[in-house]
Amino acid sequence: MRLMTRTQDILIVGGGLNGPTLALALARAGLTVTVIDAQPAAPRLAEDFDGRAYALALASQRLLDRLGVWAGIADNAQPMLEIKVTDGRAGQGPSPFFMHFDHAEIEEGPMGYMVEDRFLRRALMDAMEAAPGVTLRHGARVAAQEVTETGVTVTLGDGEVLSARLLIGCDGRQSGTAARAGIRRTGWDYGQTALVCAIAHEKPHGGVAHQFFMPPGPLAILPLPGNRSSIVWSETHANASAIMGLEEAGYLAALRPRFGDFLGGISLAGTRFTYPLGLSLAQSFVAPRTALVGDAAHGMHPIAGQGLNAGLRDVAALAQVLEEARQRGEDIGSILVLERYQQWRRFDTATLALATDTFNRLFSNDNPLLRMARDIGLGAVNALPGLRRGFIREAAGLTGDLPALMR
Amino acid sequence: MHPETNTVDPAEIAKFEAMAAEWWDPHGKFKPLHMMNPVRLDYICRQIAEEFDRDLIQPQPFTGLRLLDIGCGGGLLCEPMARLGATVIGVDAAARNIPVAETHAAQSGLDIDYRHDTAEAMAAAGEQFDVVLNMEVVEHVADPLAYLTACKSLLRPGGLMVCSTINRNPKSFAMAIVGAEWVMRWLPKGTHEWSKFITPDELFDLLSRAGLTPVDRKGFVFNPVSWQWSISPRDLSVNYVTASTRPA
Repeated sequence: MRLMTRTQDILIVGGGLNGPTLALALARAGLTVTVIDAQPAAPRLAEDFDGRAYALALASQRLLDRLGVWAGIADNAQPMLEIKVTDGRAGQGPSPFFMHFDHAEIEEGPMGYMVEDRFLRRALMDAMEAAPGVTLRHGARVAAQEVTETGVTVTLGDGEVLSARLLIGCDGRQSGTAARAGIRRTGWDYGQTALVCAIAHEKPHGGVAHQFFMPPGPLAILPLPGNRSSIVWSETHANASAIMGLEEAGYLAALRPRFGDFLGGISLAGTRFTYPLGLSLAQSFVAPRTALVGDAAHGMHPIAGQGLNAGLRDVAALAQVLEEARQRGEDIGSILVLERYQQWRRFDTATLALATDTFNRLFSNDNPLLRMARDIGLGAVNALPGLRRGFIREAAGLTGDLPALMR
Repeated sequence: MHPETNTVDPAEIAKFEAMAAEWWDPHGKFKPLHMMNPVRLDYICRQIAEEFDRDLIQPQPFTGLRLLDIGCGGGLLCEPMARLGATVIGVDAAARNIPVAETHAAQSGLDIDYRHDTAEAMAAAGEQFDVVLNMEVVEHVADPLAYLTACKSLLRPGGLMVCSTINRNPKSFAMAIVGAEWVMRWLPKGTHEWSKFITPDELFDLLSRAGLTPVDRKGFVFNPVSWQWSISPRDLSVNYVTASTRPA
């Protein structure tokens, strides 16, 4: 059955974090947007803490602030005041060489904020509700998409047809939007799975984020409000599935020697998750009347917490390119316009994906020579203030050609 | 329509007719124009907004303005201007461009009046506009002063003309002819005749003699590293643009 066609300027596929943020940025630029979310509304609005949290770089926080989303999150966000990077082996404690980044060395403020998924999600939903020009379609699947010379149509699972001038895929590393547009992907599996959970601990974390490099994969301890931290812990696939199969007590027993005892006794503070880790790059970020954002364009290793931040940088760059195009009367879906976005973001994200890849390979390793080399490297970065400040700005997302919404 | 009573050089029209079908291919023969279009549009939009006190944040800031694009080609400037709300008339001396432009405007859902006509004939017919766009045309006409005088009479008093062209100096010869035509093959050989190029001072003088008041001039500069065009207040050494008004 073919229902009435609804027309808007832009269709966004994906209701996670990038899709809604992009919808708000585009609406602010005077464009009408419909977000097609495969998920029903209920899980997007759930109020319980499920254990998921994000490290938002300062640049990403600025974007959310400009879009009026941050006000709804600020009270529940934990500033990241320091980052400590250490090379360690389970049970042996950290090596003497480590890097210490303190936000006091840059003038912009904290390097970033830790935010629980539930607060970010609901703040985005509230902002979309309030934004004129944004329509949200929950529980809607894309059955087909078709590009013509001057427009694009998307047929939903129930037969409804939506049309627009531009289609944007924010639908993750298995992007259906990219696949339907004929955009191929390249990448590889890291042989690692990330174990993600939140823990409660006895002692305060003081706003310090820790990154330990261990032979099976990196472990990040990221501060949440209160005496809680978010854990991202990479293990080989086999170890990870064995650890996930354990009861809560066994899981904590496996975590404890890696975590150390500097925060006192620990307990689980939410659900446990796993994510297989891999690199997945789209061979092009754009196609006629189609653009890819976030993991749909570049799924990378979460080693430095760069996945969401890179996605939000895509969001800010694409919104700026489209706003400028609209204001000068250009066809916003024209490949000429979309190539400006690709030119801006592709090199940056490919570099970042390769850097995270290299970093992970260098550190997820017990080779004594490599271990010595990286310890000297960490020590050198730590000893040189200029280099250290460079890393702090990089962590805060303040380097490179920053979109206006992040400045 | 009196395309025969004009100052257009017939050999020039034939060259462009051969290229007309390529207009809307962003990677085709007109790639350099597509690449330059954002800065041309930025300049045009800012000058119109300033002259007629329009807010570019609005969805259709040029509503109510009657705009003529001379040498409209495939409609690369007409379509954006129509999207921004202007009532657009595009004329081209090459007949073959008209159906190309009309077809594309219809596909884009835009209402644009394309005509096979010339500035001189329209001026003789007494047509008048708020804005006249005169982009990369003056270097192709046989008698620039007669042409610009016709353009002036196409403006209502207080109207705005934006006119861009190419400077005449060794650098512009190297960039526009050796570079763009011979080396990069961006444009077919023989697109431009260097002797017809006009310096900014000469153009300001011609505009004044035609009865217009020049109000602004800027350069369009290509950066071969970023591969992008930008507007420069100082570097008018190759491509440049002027704004002038018809005294009220």
